[in-house]
Amino acid sequence: MDLSSINLFVLIASLMVSATPILLAGIGELVVEKSGVLNLGVEGMMITGAVCGFAIAVQTGSAGLGFIAAALGGAALSLIFGFLTQVLMSNQVATGLALTLFGLGLSALLGQGFIGVKGIDVGPVPLGPLADIPGLGIVLFRHDGMVYVSLLIVAGVWAGLRYTRAGLILRAVGESHNAAHALGYPVIRIRLAAIAFGGACAGLGGAYLSIVRVPQWTEGMTAGAGWIALALVVFASWRPWRVLAGAYLFGGLTVLQLNLQAAGVKVPVEVLSMAPYLLTIVVLVLISSGKGASGAPASLGTRFHDSG
Amino acid sequence: MTFKSILAGAVLGLGLAGAAVAQDDPLKVGFVYVGPIGDFGWSYEHNEGRLAVEEHFGDTVETIYQESVPEGADAERVLTQMALSGADMIFTTSFGYMDATVNVAGKFPDVKFEHATGYKQADNVSVYSARFYEGRAIIGHIAGKMTKTNKVGYIASYPIPEVIRGINAAYLHAKKVNPEVEFNVVWVSTWFDPAKEADAATALIEQGADVIMQHTDSTAPMTIAEEKGILAFGQASDMINFGPNAQMTAIIDNWAPYYIERVQAAMDGTWESTNTWDGIEPGMVEMAAFSDKLPEDLRAEAEAMKTAIAAGEYHPFTGPINRQDGSAWLAEGEVADDGTLAGMNFYIEGLTGEVPQ
Repeated sequence: MDLSSINLFVLIASLMVSATPILLAGIGELVVEKSGVLNLGVEGMMITGAVCGFAIAVQTGSAGLGFIAAALGGAALSLIFGFLTQVLMSNQVATGLALTLFGLGLSALLGQGFIGVKGIDVGPVPLGPLADIPGLGIVLFRHDGMVYVSLLIVAGVWAGLRYTRAGLILRAVGESHNAAHALGYPVIRIRLAAIAFGGACAGLGGAYLSIVRVPQWTEGMTAGAGWIALALVVFASWRPWRVLAGAYLFGGLTVLQLNLQAAGVKVPVEVLSMAPYLLTIVVLVLISSGKGASGAPASLGTRFHDSG
Repeated sequence: MTFKSILAGAVLGLGLAGAAVAQDDPLKVGFVYVGPIGDFGWSYEHNEGRLAVEEHFGDTVETIYQESVPEGADAERVLTQMALSGADMIFTTSFGYMDATVNVAGKFPDVKFEHATGYKQADNVSVYSARFYEGRAIIGHIAGKMTKTNKVGYIASYPIPEVIRGINAAYLHAKKVNPEVEFNVVWVSTWFDPAKEADAATALIEQGADVIMQHTDSTAPMTIAEEKGILAFGQASDMINFGPNAQMTAIIDNWAPYYIERVQAAMDGTWESTNTWDGIEPGMVEMAAFSDKLPEDLRAEAEAMKTAIAAGEYHPFTGPINRQDGSAWLAEGEVADDGTLAGMNFYIEGLTGEVPQ
């Protein structure tokens, strides 16, 4: 065992990179669920974002355009879900699961021409002297732009939900769509907007995998990250900063165990792979036993029709 | 008549019907893959084998396949469905399908099953695998010579004999040419998860590894190696597109000849349960071109080793070799028997860490 080979600062920096996909997808899903909609199609939206992002990034040579395409792709897919569940009032759980399957298939089809194609180089954001601060520079100031964007999105969602009128309306729709409707708010339109935002974030998360973290396109490359993002929202009991903490915790567990193994420490690999789900179940138990405050929106997953 | 006997009759009837249909119709051959066929690694090569079967036999075969089938209970469902849909022969191409294959084979005695890399045979279950360790010995030799930090990172999937054998073979030959070499093995508990494989490669590189070997199916580790400017070896397929500078060579699985031979046997009615374990010589294990970034003498050594193994002059596991705990395994000049290799569950002397249980 040789723990000296692990550099703590590098470890934290890798953890942030590793957690960014589920952070983005998780914060998007949080907004969707706060509006009272349960979209289980995160995995499908992520992988669609991954393929759209990779394709556009490779063709234009610009990571930024790739991420925009990924957000659009994820949002477009999520609006299929939105149309089915909000307008045609299909069951949200079944439709969400179908969206995942559809997304996996669609991405495999779209990605046919991009298998084996080399990705583009995404360098760190030049932050000048900040990057040279010992320790802190490695942890905070040498990342690619998307890591910072993801943090900004978390802060934006938190501030938006808490301090803005739009956030208040979104929460009202999620708590009681009938009351919100009675007050004259367009419930369905608000929910569609939330769903599209969630899809865009999931798309960004997927594209972070294919453009930065891996970087290549491979079928099925999200490999269950969407499900972890869903667990993450529950784990965070629907609070934005807890999504951030949870994402870094879940991402951190993976990176930590890989690093410990590389350093020759014996770790229970299977247990750590289960950990995100186990922790989520623990949180669920705490919530239902009334010991932890539940942030679950009251109308989550229920159907709304304006006939009341 | 009890319910059970009705059921048995029904199954028997189905089986007979299946056999009768098989006389006229094309032979229906199913393939079950653990990853997507676009993984450009393990499942990709099995699918290449399937395509070769289609090309070779034309209209006389019909192939079906299912990709990304999880190992375990789900596999049993998929296999049952495939058998019910009239498959005459099914190739199950991952170690973790072993019990599912044997179980389903018991229910469909007329369907011929071929299970890759396992060890459980039955009357209608053949097993086949490739001696990947022959290739691993060669890449171990190269890694030992090429590493400057003396740290080789090894991304392993599950602690099954095939993977442990690969680690041992590579380490043994790296150590022979470089007594200072260390292997850092990381178990990722998956065959296919590009993000996790990439993270594992990153962790190993951050801790000083300058050569990466992988026993997982995606090309992510090769991509990371290329990006970080270190060296790596392709696994299952030639991964040169993903690491034009990084890849020194690749161990390529070539299943096509075996698949064609077995399908032919099934058509001729000469198929019987067999245990096949082929290596470099029959061409089941191939090596991608040795990179021109390797020194010329090293390339020559690697070629020579390949030739010697193919000719049967050299066995990668030739004693003296001790087990990790220091106890003797093979005496001077003794060659490992296939039984021990097939069930290998221990590290050899010098490897650090433990085989996860």
